[in-house]
Amino acid sequence: MTKKSHDTPLLDELKSGPWPSFVEGLERLAKDEEKPGADMMKDLLGQLEHSYETRRGYWKGGTVSVFGYGGGVIPRFSEVAADYPESSEFHTLRVQPPAGMHYSTKLLRDMCDIWEEHGSGLIALHGQSGDIMFQGCTTDNVQPAFDDLNKIGLDMGGAGPALRTSMSCVGHARCEQSCYDEVRAHREVINGLLDEMHRPALPYKFKFKFSGCPNDCVNAIHRADMAVIGTWRDDMQVDQEEVKKHVAKVGRKQMIDTVVSMCPTRALSLNDDDTLDVDDKSCVRCMHCINVMTKALSPGKDRGVTILMGGKRSLKIGDQMGTVIHPFLKLETDEDYEKLNEFAEECIDFFAENALEHERIGETIDRIGLANFLEALDVPVDPNMVNHPRTSSYVRTDDWDIEAEKWFEHKKATAK
Amino acid sequence: MNDAVMPRRPDEHGVPDPFPYMHPTLKDNYGNWAWHDRPRPGVLHHVAHGGDEIWTVRAGTQRQMDVGTIRKLCDLADEYADGFLRFTTRSNAEFMCTTLDKTGPLIEALNEAGFPVGGTGNSVSMISHTQGWLHCDIPGTDASGVVKSLMDELHHEFTHEEMPNRVRLTTSCCQINCGGQGDIAINVQYTKPPKINHDLVANVCERPAVVARCPVAAIRPAQVNGKPSLEVDEKKCICCGACYPPCPPMQINGDDSTKLAIWVGGKHSNARSKPTFHKLVAANLPNNAPRWPEVAAIVKRILQAYKEDAQAWERLGEWIERIGWSRFFELTDLAFTKHQIDDWTGARQSLNASAHLHF
Ligand code: HEM
Ligand code: HEM
Ligand code: HEM
Ligand code: SF4
Ligand code: SF4
Ligand code: SF4
Ligand code: SF4
Repeated sequence: MTKKSHDTPLLDELKSGPWPSFVEGLERLAKDEEKPGADMMKDLLGQLEHSYETRRGYWKGGTVSVFGYGGGVIPRFSEVAADYPESSEFHTLRVQPPAGMHYSTKLLRDMCDIWEEHGSGLIALHGQSGDIMFQGCTTDNVQPAFDDLNKIGLDMGGAGPALRTSMSCVGHARCEQSCYDEVRAHREVINGLLDEMHRPALPYKFKFKFSGCPNDCVNAIHRADMAVIGTWRDDMQVDQEEVKKHVAKVGRKQMIDTVVSMCPTRALSLNDDDTLDVDDKSCVRCMHCINVMTKALSPGKDRGVTILMGGKRSLKIGDQMGTVIHPFLKLETDEDYEKLNEFAEECIDFFAENALEHERIGETIDRIGLANFLEALDVPVDPNMVNHPRTSSYVRTDDWDIEAEKWFEHKKATAK
Repeated sequence: MNDAVMPRRPDEHGVPDPFPYMHPTLKDNYGNWAWHDRPRPGVLHHVAHGGDEIWTVRAGTQRQMDVGTIRKLCDLADEYADGFLRFTTRSNAEFMCTTLDKTGPLIEALNEAGFPVGGTGNSVSMISHTQGWLHCDIPGTDASGVVKSLMDELHHEFTHEEMPNRVRLTTSCCQINCGGQGDIAINVQYTKPPKINHDLVANVCERPAVVARCPVAAIRPAQVNGKPSLEVDEKKCICCGACYPPCPPMQINGDDSTKLAIWVGGKHSNARSKPTFHKLVAANLPNNAPRWPEVAAIVKRILQAYKEDAQAWERLGEWIERIGWSRFFELTDLAFTKHQIDDWTGARQSLNASAHLHF
């Protein structure tokens, strides 16, 4: 006998309107009686309707994992299982997508087939950390579902106090602004640290995110413990003929209003012959002018990454943006990538050894002071790390001369 | 040992190599793109240094998709985009077409199947959001429902590029704010201290962990009815909800206490101004499932004012920076209250230490 569906008058209201409706999707799954997940989705809809009525959530956590790994499954047990027994267990598997979230339809179809067989048939593309979230699985089915996903080349993502799943922007694959090979950096850094993802043993979560340029399409500066942002240090590339064409097309006033006047550091000026004068020493690589004049302007040729650390959300000291740790790391050769990987590893080691329980790296840096963090990781100080030098006089400066000596030596050593 | 009961050891693949799953034109021109433009809303046109071109059609999805929806997207990718697609940070699906000709029929087919095409350039893109009642263990509301309701209302703004600059919305269903910063953020804001279920505390709670979680040290261990429990100093409590995840008996959610707040002016990109946090402009809005009309009305009002008043390329926060907060509250008919004056660590930096004023 087929299981009866619950009445869901409130959820039904979310079926109208022009935007694709997740409720319709849930109902399609609930009605597909052929499939093992149908009854689970009927009760899931019932519980969700109950939440809409009472305006409360009814899930609690627990412990579920797959053989060989300590994390990656988000266990959900229903607190109202008596009324909705079929969805009493509704766990999520966090699975890492291919870097850049590229899919063949074959891969997506395989994922669908597996999830229809072992799970509810509901897949979120993607979670805020960048995971594929296979939602709705019984405890017993977690292992076979993961086995099948693992067999088609997918692997578990992170959860708990561990290295988390990472994200990289589309970058090199389809974006001219991209300043480094995001796929390579993303895969090398994360795949070099998989143990920290699959066997959670860090003080708290640690996230990497990779954006190819300062447009930061994956929101790395705020949302990653370590943000890797593409940039360049030579002059930006200017095609003056294209500048002239742009001016001819939009007019001088619009060009000045939308490009020249909007440069944050007044680095741009329109010449009398409608070519562009760029003061590259003042440019802060914000990307604005390049975004507006995609054909005329592009990043320079001496490319690499800026590394910022410490971004996080509210819990518990309030939101923080990441701040600059490495103003520029060249990222071209194998050795360059090796250096990035080593730095990532050093940071994770430092985090593991020095952070307090439930403390993000940004909080650790705050607690010990940026200068101490830099010293521990042997990163030289740089004015690019601050908005301005300190304004508080409460500081001890008796070794000023030694520190100043270091600065001049470092300058000499890195002079081109 | 019996093979049948021996679980399978995982192959530790890590992040999958995307190249087998990447559209061939993208793969061939990897790292070699020259410039792009947008022939129409929802379509990006990229040109490689070698002359190859690709037209990307971007379509909104519901993020939480049933296999039927995903297979439908696959059918369209097979027919028009050589069997490949990708997803953006904001859950939009992108189809890569090798000729401009294919985009028209693809857009028609997408619309036919119920997927709006847009989210590019100066449009309101899909709302990055969280889990909510569908799956989280601590939610105050249902992110998916809020998003569906808002995107229904903002359909025109998704499918057209009529905003001064791109608009990025986020929602979060608790104050942890998984949703991130947004030009406009719609987040749960609790208004009452947790009601403690003392019977549960005695059994399940790791009390030191809970005490340590409170950002203002408002929680103390206590004996209640002869059993170990906790008490909350309600004068100190800032109703943040941080104690609830480690301790479900700290019941923070409720009809009278779970409200929605609206924040504006957050920005992730570095273009022009530095990345910024969003700021509180409205609170205490009802958690009015299933369509949250009060929230939608304010979001639309803010967007309308921004659309009419901002200059080209100003993000919402940059627009307010120029016109000033007095004018913003005037144009949007929202209240400025004492609760919008920050008093958290570092608050002084948000006060105006100058004689720069807007009248
Ligand atoms: C025995 C007393 C206290 C203990 C054990 C304690 C413990 C803590 C801990 C562990 C943190 C987190 C620090 C971090 O995230 O790195 C914290 C943060 C905080 N505490 Fe306390 N605290 C105490 C008393 C107080 C009092 C009396 C106040 C205020 C009246 C207070 C206000 C705060 C604030 C505002 C924060 C957040 C700090 C920030 O944003 O940087 N604490 N406290
Ligand atoms: C060794 C010599 C001096 C010492 C140790 C000294 C110490 C101080 C201290 C500790 C303060 C309070 C600062 C504060 O509250 O932030 C102060 C304020 C002040 N001192 Fe001196 N002082 C010295 C010489 C002088 C002299 C020679 C003058 C005037 C000719 C002077 C004029 C003032 C004034 C006007 C203030 C108040 C400044 C204000 O509040 O803006 N002091 N001094
Ligand atoms: C702000 C300061 C403190 C807070 C908020 C705090 C909180 C707590 C809490 C909630 C418990 C659990 C009690 C239970 O489960 O029955 C606990 C246990 C304990 N605390 Fe503290 N504590 C603090 C300071 C201290 C200090 C300073 C000491 C010792 C010098 C201490 C020693 C202990 C011991 C020995 C236990 C275990 C008691 C048992 O086994 O039942 N605590 N504390
Ligand atoms: S972050 Fe920069 S390189 Fe990456 S997709 Fe966005 S604009 Fe392109
Ligand atoms: S990239 Fe930004 S800072 Fe540099 S010149 Fe262009 S607008 Fe100015
Ligand atoms: S924002 Fe809060 S309630 Fe929503 S998914 Fe994140 S932790 Fe859960
Ligand atoms: S709600 Fe926040 S402030 Fe209030 S007791 Fe809980 S953790 Fe502390």
